[in-house]
Amino acid sequence: MDTTRLGPEPQAAKFSPSAGLAKLLGRFSAAARRYRMEWWILIAGILVISLIVFMTLFPRIFTTFSPLDQNAGAQLAKPSLAHLMGVDNLGRDVGARMVYGARTILGVAIAASLLSALIGIPLGLISGFAGNWLDKVLSLVMDSVYSFPGLILAIAFAAMLGPGVINITLAVSVVYIPTYFRLVRGQTLSIKEELYVEAARAIGARRSVILAKYIFPNVIATVVVVFSLNIADAIMTEAALSYIGLGLPAGIPDWGMDLSMGKKFLPSGVWWMITYPGLMIMMLALGFTMLGEGLSEILNPRLQEY
Amino acid sequence: MRRILNYLVARLLLTIPMLFVLLTLVFVVLRVMPGDPVSAMLGGHAPEKVIQEKKELLGLNKPIGAQYLDYMAQLARFDLGKSMILDEKVWQPIAGKLPATLELTVCGLIICLGIGIPLGVRAARRRRSGHDFGIRLYANVVYCIPVFWMGLMLQMLFGVFLDLFPISGRVGSRVISGEFDKTGFYILDTLMSGRFKSLLDVLYHLVLPAVTLGITLSGVFVRLTRANMLDVLKADFVLAGRARGVPERSVVYKHALKNALIPIVTMLGLQFSALLAGAILTETTFSWPGMGRLLLERIYLRDYPTIQGVVVVYALLVSLISLIVDIVYAVIDPRVKL
Repeated sequence: MDTTRLGPEPQAAKFSPSAGLAKLLGRFSAAARRYRMEWWILIAGILVISLIVFMTLFPRIFTTFSPLDQNAGAQLAKPSLAHLMGVDNLGRDVGARMVYGARTILGVAIAASLLSALIGIPLGLISGFAGNWLDKVLSLVMDSVYSFPGLILAIAFAAMLGPGVINITLAVSVVYIPTYFRLVRGQTLSIKEELYVEAARAIGARRSVILAKYIFPNVIATVVVVFSLNIADAIMTEAALSYIGLGLPAGIPDWGMDLSMGKKFLPSGVWWMITYPGLMIMMLALGFTMLGEGLSEILNPRLQEY
Repeated sequence: MRRILNYLVARLLLTIPMLFVLLTLVFVVLRVMPGDPVSAMLGGHAPEKVIQEKKELLGLNKPIGAQYLDYMAQLARFDLGKSMILDEKVWQPIAGKLPATLELTVCGLIICLGIGIPLGVRAARRRRSGHDFGIRLYANVVYCIPVFWMGLMLQMLFGVFLDLFPISGRVGSRVISGEFDKTGFYILDTLMSGRFKSLLDVLYHLVLPAVTLGITLSGVFVRLTRANMLDVLKADFVLAGRARGVPERSVVYKHALKNALIPIVTMLGLQFSALLAGAILTETTFSWPGMGRLLLERIYLRDYPTIQGVVVVYALLVSLISLIVDIVYAVIDPRVKL
């Protein structure tokens, strides 16, 4: 083994929440001094995400309208004091649809990313640790899916499953399983050669213990960063699917669907129906990207940008 | 030469397992889940007998395993089969739409690199300055803009409000479609037949879609170029160049950038699949008659063979690009031997 290389610190397998938190905060405050720009990016990301999460929790603070009520006579009304973001072709308040649509997209994106992580991480751990025929087969499958445009698979899944919140979550999650798999497998491959893993094996630790207590905790740091970036990506995939018309049934307010609806009225100059949903998607995705970027620079300062 | 040939053959053979995995996945997804081409074609009210006859004709009432084996055997003979909905071979619509998609993606890629690389170089040169901050902000924001929204906004600004560019289609109605029979690549066709007026019309229609695709993907390349340039600018040969009094411009663009481009070329292969995905959405937004639209149309019709055919072509495209990238890599980096 190459001993000159600086691997991850051989951390104790025991994890104490308070010590962990203190260490994390210590890193953050040290990072605040050393990486000012990254620090601000992190804070901006957290602010944007908190604002939108707050919006999903207390929508009534932000709007008095319902996203589904059709205000008769106000169809396609321009933004005004009564309807700050205008009214769509069915007489629904665009602002209210923005506020309530946040729930849908945020829920789907987070659930889909969690699902991909829950499938991809264990597979990656097992595959990297075992390294036999199973590893070869899994790697082949995952690499094939990874190199292929994920949107096409998501489209196929979404079209076949039909519209629905759970169905679109499944379709989005399929795209990102290989991301976690490849990341975790690569990390596992390098960590399993570390001295402390060898030591654990020498004192007779079972394979499952080595995986769970020695390898997994060291893999998870990079997963956190990728998870945040992944949510940003999942947000855009969800929006893309519902923009194409493969997403959700009509009763659920959804930004992607609003965009495809607004597209029809674009030639007549109805700018408010397409401007706001897109802005919201961008803000939300940007929030998670900034969170991920900030975390990545601060938690893993030696990690190269990719 | 012989070694290169061996390498090419080995690489091409390696795409077979990938195709196999993807096709199996798509095959299973298409057949296991609800909906089938016969009901999509005849509607829900057709008599049971007619439905059964049609299924018999299309081979849909065989067990899935048998259908799968049939399809794979067919593919092994390089036959994509016949459409289940329309009376045509699967390759016919694909051959018609593929040039449109390629024209869009290649132009998008050129714009993307044209924006991404210079900005990335600039950010790396002025590290931790206002320029750097601004460019990184641009990269992040642009990365988070959904490509279809970018398309809609450009359509609104330049198509509807300023009325500068057309917002849909590949050519205007005044151009005769017979001019484009040769290759299907409209730019090439018009160039070869010397019809510059038509060429202008084609380019005019291409501007908004290509810019949409180019801008949204440029963020990734800004970040890549910046990161690689930062590494290369630390190298000894850059210091040596500066010490010898080589002008800064030439140190940065000639010495450093050439070396930083190598990893960027490898990433290009991976980003190409993002480009294709972006192209599907751009085609939808701009009513661009390409592969993405074909895929979506046929998915609604449950035309299994055509959907599978499109997947095969996309997968081949991705592998072909990664093969080209590997070759380019070996050509520009003399240290690499195939």
